[in-house]
Amino acid sequence: MSRPIRVTMTVNGRRRHVTVPAMKRLRDVLREDLKLSGSKEGCGEGECGACSVLIDGKSVNSCLVPAAQASGARIVTIEGLARGRRLSALQRAFIELGGAQCGICTPGMLITATELLQRAKGRVPGDQEVREALAGNLCRCTGYQKIVDAVRAAARTRVSAKRAKARPRAAAARTRVSAKRSARPKTRRP
Amino acid sequence: MLTLPAFEWLRPANLDDALAHLANHAAESLVVAGGTDAVPNLKHRLHEPRWIVHLGRLDELRFVRESEGALSIGPLVTLSAIARHEGIRRDFPSLARAASLVASPQIRNMGTLGGNLCLDTRCTYYNQTYFWRDALGFCLKKDGVRCHVVPQGRRCVAAHSSDVSPVLISLDASVDISNARGSRTVPVDEFFVGDGVHNNVLVPGELVTRVTIPAASRGLRAAYQKLRPRAAIDFPMLSVAFAARVSDGGCEHARLVVSALGAKPRRIGGLDALVKGRPLDDALGEALAEAAYRQCRPLTNVAYDDAYRHEMVPVFVRRAVREAGGIA
Ligand SMILES: Cc1cc2nc3c(=O)[nH]c(=O)nc-3n(C[C@H](O)[C@H](O)[C@H](O)COP(=O)(O)OP(=O)(O)OC[C@H]3O[C@@H](n4cnc5c(N)ncnc54)[C@H](O)[C@@H]3O)c2cc1C
Ligand code: SF4
Repeated sequence: MSRPIRVTMTVNGRRRHVTVPAMKRLRDVLREDLKLSGSKEGCGEGECGACSVLIDGKSVNSCLVPAAQASGARIVTIEGLARGRRLSALQRAFIELGGAQCGICTPGMLITATELLQRAKGRVPGDQEVREALAGNLCRCTGYQKIVDAVRAAARTRVSAKRAKARPRAAAARTRVSAKRSARPKTRRP
Repeated sequence: MLTLPAFEWLRPANLDDALAHLANHAAESLVVAGGTDAVPNLKHRLHEPRWIVHLGRLDELRFVRESEGALSIGPLVTLSAIARHEGIRRDFPSLARAASLVASPQIRNMGTLGGNLCLDTRCTYYNQTYFWRDALGFCLKKDGVRCHVVPQGRRCVAAHSSDVSPVLISLDASVDISNARGSRTVPVDEFFVGDGVHNNVLVPGELVTRVTIPAASRGLRAAYQKLRPRAAIDFPMLSVAFAARVSDGGCEHARLVVSALGAKPRRIGGLDALVKGRPLDDALGEALAEAAYRQCRPLTNVAYDDAYRHEMVPVFVRRAVREAGGIA
């Protein structure tokens, strides 16, 4: 048996230390040692994406990361997306548009979509771009369309919030329009 | 739940330290870069190392550099970074494309170029849990003596499954390999060997330290086509990389590589005579498709029908030639 090692990482903005076997999977460290049970396990082989977390801003499968490999990393889990009790725009859009059903894939979907929206930097990604970005997150309930709609709606909210900040006067009207649009997004099926 | 076996974790601070450890303990060590191939294989007890040598701190192996037109890439560069790199997309689009088709976004965020080149071969009878393999009596590649794909055979024929390597061969790339005593450079075309147990020329103690695409490969008309069950996540069940130099007088030279069928990528032979002076059009695509069909023999090494994969060879070669030729 190998000796436990001490691993220090930043999880959802807090520095955390754990002493665990080097081969303990990051997913298990998060769920068992740090009691962050939001990240799920579907397949344990990197296919389903239910265990996705952000490591240094990039979505990865935490079931494929030995604890030792996460040493020194900045990790964000599903528990880290909300500001206190205020859900992120993406989380709210998932609720409003039915992007979550049974809930197992949801934490991973939200994590990967968060990376996408950060990369998109205020642009609204197209339907196909969202589908490709979420290709590593399997969902067996929604048929994906509602998830894609929710991600794009959240991106629109972010864009209009940004514009509202930049030009306060015209903003109110536009926010109303985009809220309406995000409630009933145009669905384009492939 | 699939857990990892016990191991000692080493995280060398630089290349010399990594090579020094491997010089003495290569047989009991497993090198890990992104871990997206190694970790699932460890869970299946396909590797049982005493040490894991994690390359994550070797920043000297993380670079994309252009010098005098040649492009060199460090083995620790992730597939996401390759797929998004502007210079690579502009000069070597088939490479960016192949990287973007590996696995899923999460895996491309972790998975590296070096790991992709050195990816373990895959087989229905190998990529299974210990319990599963035990029930079958194991196989030649690991823990057993018989091959279940070619029962009379003495060689493992597990499938080379890397998306990026066929493209590197088509672009005439080379790899730098180092051990504690020195380095050597090998064309990617000669990097792979036809033995599924260990399908490359690396000997214990060696690491890939750089991949270089020569300046002469800029401006090739190149393409990559991949067949897989789902358009996301899955390994290739057939892959085709094509690259041709085309001038006013038609094709001068071409390389066609078909992979995911046997233990090493297959470079289709006799191409230069076939393409010389001809335009890159559908007629040429047809001729190349026929040549590839004749030279390829898929096996039942992965869980998809071998006859189907064989019939798809000409289809995907035609698509690759059309893509390279810009034919809509
Ligand atoms: C669900 C799933 C789907 C996948 N789909 C695909 C796919 O479609 N196409 C594809 O090509 N791959 C696929 N992969 C395999 C893998 O994710 C990629 O090939 C990836 O690029 C491997 O890189 P890595 O850094 O994670 O490799 P690691 O797992 O770290 O290493 C892989 C192997 O390479 C060796 N190695 C790594 N770096 C070096 C080096 N510098 N020198 C010498 N040896 C080295 C390691 O010892 C190990 O044997 C998939 C994996 C999973 C889990
Ligand atoms: S090809 Fe044969 S020896 Fe190789 S992994 Fe498959 S069953 Fe085992």
